[in-house]
Amino acid sequence: MNYQTIRKPNQGIDAMLILLYFALVLVGWMAIFASTYDELQPSIFDLDKSYGRQFIWIIGALILAGAVLLTDSKFYTTFAYIIYAIIMLMLAAVFVLGTSHKGDKNWIDIGSFQLQPSEFAKLAVSLALAKFLSVLNINFKDTKTRFIALSIFIFPTLLIILQGDLGSALVFFSFFLVLFRFGLPGYYLLLGVYIILLSILALVFDKLILMLVLLIISGAILYIGRRSRNSIFIVLISFLFSAGYVFATDFVFNHLLEKHQQVRVNVLLGKKVDVKDADYNVRQSKIAIGSGGFLGKGFLQGTLTRFNFVPMQSTDFIFCTIGEEFGFIGTTLLLAIFLALMLRILFVAQRQRSRFSMIYAYCVAGIIFFHVLINIGMTIGLMPVIGVPLPFISYGGSSLWSFTILLFILVKLDGDRLAILR
Amino acid sequence: MTDVYQRRQYILQYIIIAVIIIFIARLFYLQVIDKDYKQLAKSNVLREVTVFPARGLVHDRNGKLIIDNQKEYDLWVIPNQVKNFDTIGFCNLVGVSDTFFRETLDKANEYSRYKPTLFEKGISVDKYASIQEELYLFPGFYGQVRTVRAYPFKSAAHVVGYISEVNQKQIDKSEGYYRSGDYIGTGGIEQSYENELRGVKGTKFILVDNHNRDMGTFSEGKFDTAAVPGNNMISSLDIGLQKYGEALMKGKIGSIVAIEPLTGEVLAMVSSPTYDPDLLTGQNRSKNFSYLLMDSLKPLFVRPLKAAYPPGSTYKPTLALIGLQAGSIEYHTTYNCPGAYYVGSLRVGCHHKGFVPNVSVAIQFSCNSYFCKTLRDVIDDDKFINAAEGLDYWKKMLDDLGVGVKTGIDLPNEGYGFVPSSKYYDKIYGKGRWNSVTVVSLGIGQGEIGETPLQMANVLSAIANKGYWYTPHLIKKIEGSDTMLKKKIVKHIVPIDSNYFNMVIEGMKDVVDAGTGTIARIPGVSLAGKTGTAQNPHGNDHSIFICFAPVKNPKIAIAVVVENAGFGSTYAAPIASLMIEKYLNDTITAPRKYLEERMFNAVVK
Repeated sequence: MNYQTIRKPNQGIDAMLILLYFALVLVGWMAIFASTYDELQPSIFDLDKSYGRQFIWIIGALILAGAVLLTDSKFYTTFAYIIYAIIMLMLAAVFVLGTSHKGDKNWIDIGSFQLQPSEFAKLAVSLALAKFLSVLNINFKDTKTRFIALSIFIFPTLLIILQGDLGSALVFFSFFLVLFRFGLPGYYLLLGVYIILLSILALVFDKLILMLVLLIISGAILYIGRRSRNSIFIVLISFLFSAGYVFATDFVFNHLLEKHQQVRVNVLLGKKVDVKDADYNVRQSKIAIGSGGFLGKGFLQGTLTRFNFVPMQSTDFIFCTIGEEFGFIGTTLLLAIFLALMLRILFVAQRQRSRFSMIYAYCVAGIIFFHVLINIGMTIGLMPVIGVPLPFISYGGSSLWSFTILLFILVKLDGDRLAILR
Repeated sequence: MTDVYQRRQYILQYIIIAVIIIFIARLFYLQVIDKDYKQLAKSNVLREVTVFPARGLVHDRNGKLIIDNQKEYDLWVIPNQVKNFDTIGFCNLVGVSDTFFRETLDKANEYSRYKPTLFEKGISVDKYASIQEELYLFPGFYGQVRTVRAYPFKSAAHVVGYISEVNQKQIDKSEGYYRSGDYIGTGGIEQSYENELRGVKGTKFILVDNHNRDMGTFSEGKFDTAAVPGNNMISSLDIGLQKYGEALMKGKIGSIVAIEPLTGEVLAMVSSPTYDPDLLTGQNRSKNFSYLLMDSLKPLFVRPLKAAYPPGSTYKPTLALIGLQAGSIEYHTTYNCPGAYYVGSLRVGCHHKGFVPNVSVAIQFSCNSYFCKTLRDVIDDDKFINAAEGLDYWKKMLDDLGVGVKTGIDLPNEGYGFVPSSKYYDKIYGKGRWNSVTVVSLGIGQGEIGETPLQMANVLSAIANKGYWYTPHLIKKIEGSDTMLKKKIVKHIVPIDSNYFNMVIEGMKDVVDAGTGTIARIPGVSLAGKTGTAQNPHGNDHSIFICFAPVKNPKIAIAVVVENAGFGSTYAAPIASLMIEKYLNDTITAPRKYLEERMFNAVVK
């Protein structure tokens, strides 16, 4: 006799995740409405306006979410590598077929729609990484394992950097956290932090002065540990690496980065004030957020947001609108929703019996975390102006759809957690 | 499932929570503690205004202002601030039609509802004063001052150039400096020294209330950048001489180029017909421009730089120098001229007839036969393998004298003139199928050779200097940055012995004293010159004269070309000598007043 019951699509679905998802999408839509609101044409469904189009994107996202839930969860485990391969091909195809958009060449035109493969690359990497790490007896002490795991996400990162989309590329560093969670030695994280620190120092200070400081520090360490032969070797290697890296950073910054990107980094580092561009955006953004005060000016009452003072008001700087119209209460509430979402995903991750689902969940949490970190950090002046969307909130089909699929695959995997053991 | 790294999940949680807490703390500071932003929010419109720098001024060599600035206003509109509008009142005030108003506003709306669009440009100071009084009634409109060029002497149009609106190509090339509606120097000094003259644009942020009133600077001007005015410059031009030259050339087509040989400074550069450079400033610029463009006499064509004429006999001194340096002739080389030069079936006529005892006399009487022979002697000289090598030697020497190459003058679009090479003839006749006889007309400055008036004056400078010339230039000093000019103005040494120059100058002096150019004589001033009559397949001969003075200590070298005006001595020589007299003595002596009068009134058709 077969006791297998027929499972309904909604069985085992985590209501909390769904609720948080809807809350964010709704907040996003309202914010887009407020930021592009035109009192002469007040209809929220006007397709000439971005909020009207966002409505279409939301409908599409819901259909996609339904489709994901109706798909057998085995599909994602089985086809993880194939999906990865297809998306990588699309990423590469951007170099041939791509169109420029806002200065970065990373869009593909399909009919009248534009698609940004880099948005979907995060999903593909998450699936592939989950698949790779869920193999039994995976051992991070093995160099080959480390190499493959790192390659899975560093390869698309490089492609995306070459396309000039620094923001999306930065998001891929979230996979370091995932790998760390599943056994990548902690010094990789420290190395990452050291590299970021060194990059900033290399850009702020003259490289020769930095060299001198590094030399003094190395010398001091050598003097302290002069008894140990091993430490001499390590210090020497790290000094050479650091020196090489400082010069490489200098080269990359001055020769490979686009001018507008240099300006953005310089503005954050406080080196050069270019009133017209990057600093202007951030300052306007901070004014908009700051002017919201504790309670905000009220829905559709934001004055700065409606005069297009902050560019990309409905996409990268959407947080300003929320800050201006709903004040500190609103921004804190939104951050709370994001925090709840991320912690919930981590909670969901821990209850998985399947290693695939668990790793995948960590990937999702990491990606959302980095997007929030970079996007909101930028609008409040803690991060350089790097264009990444705020998940579920920012205007745009590619972003909303890819995050919806990303999240709902997790919901589906979680829903099936009792049914199958992988 | 084993999960040995389970404890690491807490590390990730702590990181996330820490970041969110930092963000909330930062937001608390921005939104609750810091009051600055609330102040800013009260005045709800921040406007970025570009402050245009004043372009650099240009004075002439005597300190007279030849390029000046004048104020002018542009009217801008921000569509979403246009409210409760009295259209008729506004149109009457500004002086535009109802339809223009609607069309422009529609276009502005299409571009952006929030960003300013240019509504009307080039409003004079007086007119704007009356508009400004009532502008507060029309929210969304505001005026912005900018400077336009003025040319007080209404002269030297081809030298100064003009200012025009940037085109898309220039915007793309400027890496973000120019924006649509900006102005850029076009032609002349304005174009060559655009980077020095334009200065640096500034930005001002001003707060504007909902009645479009200026509420003062933003953040005490912390984010404003001041406009840096362009560099002032001193031109080598003598504007008095320039105007005098233009008056002399009135009714005639052609060029005058006068250079101070010692420095390469251009004293005057007349391109006739000319036009008033003020026509190309201000509101009627585009209308005037199309009139000038359609004029059949091509007043926009810069003849001194671009028109290449056969130099005719004026090039004989140059050829004499080449022949002497090559060793093909010497001072005492004689020739018995039968009144024409015969070679094979060819006959080159000569106005002079008789014995030529030396090269100076050949120049003095402009003996065609003598120089046909000299050219052949150079090309067929034993030290060259064949005629091709001889011709290329000749061309190389002309290159060194600045003929057939760009002189490097600081004006845009300089022409090359033309000096044929052996390859050129190989192409026409086939390799080895031509010889010195084929090209004999080069001996008298006819045939394939073409010199621009600038090159004529420049080669004359080299003769006056006895062996060197400086890159001719119109700007002798830039305030604040002199190194750039030093790099551009180069001393060119001509590989010809100075002794040979003396022989040639002797001949040129005799041209004026007792030769073909006696009409150019000025009492008390020693001149060295050479007439030229350039045959022209399209019509009457061109009248050409080159001369410099004083012979001992040259202060001015001048080339004059009057198109289709016949003999060099008829028009070009009197004009050149009047220019020299004016420059050196500042007045024309009484006996020569009739000459001046005749030149002023002469019309060559």
